Amino acid sequence: MNGKKSFGGGGGRGKPAAGAAGAQGKDGQRRPMFRRRKVCKFCSDKIDDINYKDVKLLMPFVPERAKILPRRISGTCAMHQRKLRTALMRARQLALIPYTAE
Amino acid sequence: MTRKYELVYIVSPEATDAQVAELHTQIESIVQRMNGTLEKTENWGRRKLAYEIGRHKEGTYVLELINGGGELVKEIERRLKVSDLVIRQLTVRVDEEQGVIERTRAKRTETMRRRRVARGLPPDRQPGEGQRGEPDDDRDDRFDVGAEDMR
Repeated sequence: MNGKKSFGGGGGRGKPAAGAAGAQGKDGQRRPMFRRRKVCKFCSDKIDDINYKDVKLLMPFVPERAKILPRRISGTCAMHQRKLRTALMRARQLALIPYTAE
Repeated sequence: MTRKYELVYIVSPEATDAQVAELHTQIESIVQRMNGTLEKTENWGRRKLAYEIGRHKEGTYVLELINGGGELVKEIERRLKVSDLVIRQLTVRVDEEQGVIERTRAKRTETMRRRRVARGLPPDRQPGEGQRGEPDDDRDDRFDVGAEDMR
């Protein structure tokens, strides 16, 4: 699935150009937005320690419903998502982060 | 076998400062009795809880870093569970994770230095070098937009 997505991204780069040449071709509508490739925040910022006490770091991964943000949306790599999950669950136990939204 | 543990407990907001201090001394005495050491204590003060625990909406958080064995932690946990003042507690073993973090850090600096030397630069980053202050994300975006415009 991931491979397919990145392939689509690669194709997307060519398609808007074709649409521009043909003045809004049939494909221009289907893929109007360019999507930047997502990168793992922890890899790029070189954060080694995902700590449950660091609420400021964890909060962006807990959207308003208080569910953990999935990897496919945040772009976090598998290893860091795993660490993030344990950190979030510990923070939840200590009532630093909610389990559910009221 | 000494290990490193991190203990966080939440004291009920009704507890006075003296009671919080007493809890701390209790823990300290247990640690000393069972041949452990207390490395650090941190009082985070009163914080709002993310959800209600019992009927409490606030709590005083206390963090303790303990060196000692598993039996010691077991005893402290039992004690805290019995105590009415403590509304939540969490003990995490940290020594292994810290080791992993240190190793990855060391590895990273080592590779960075090796690469810099290979490029003919001094091994450590000089002040004023690199693109600090300019967020990477923005730059990426602009680059991509530019690339598209060119076509």
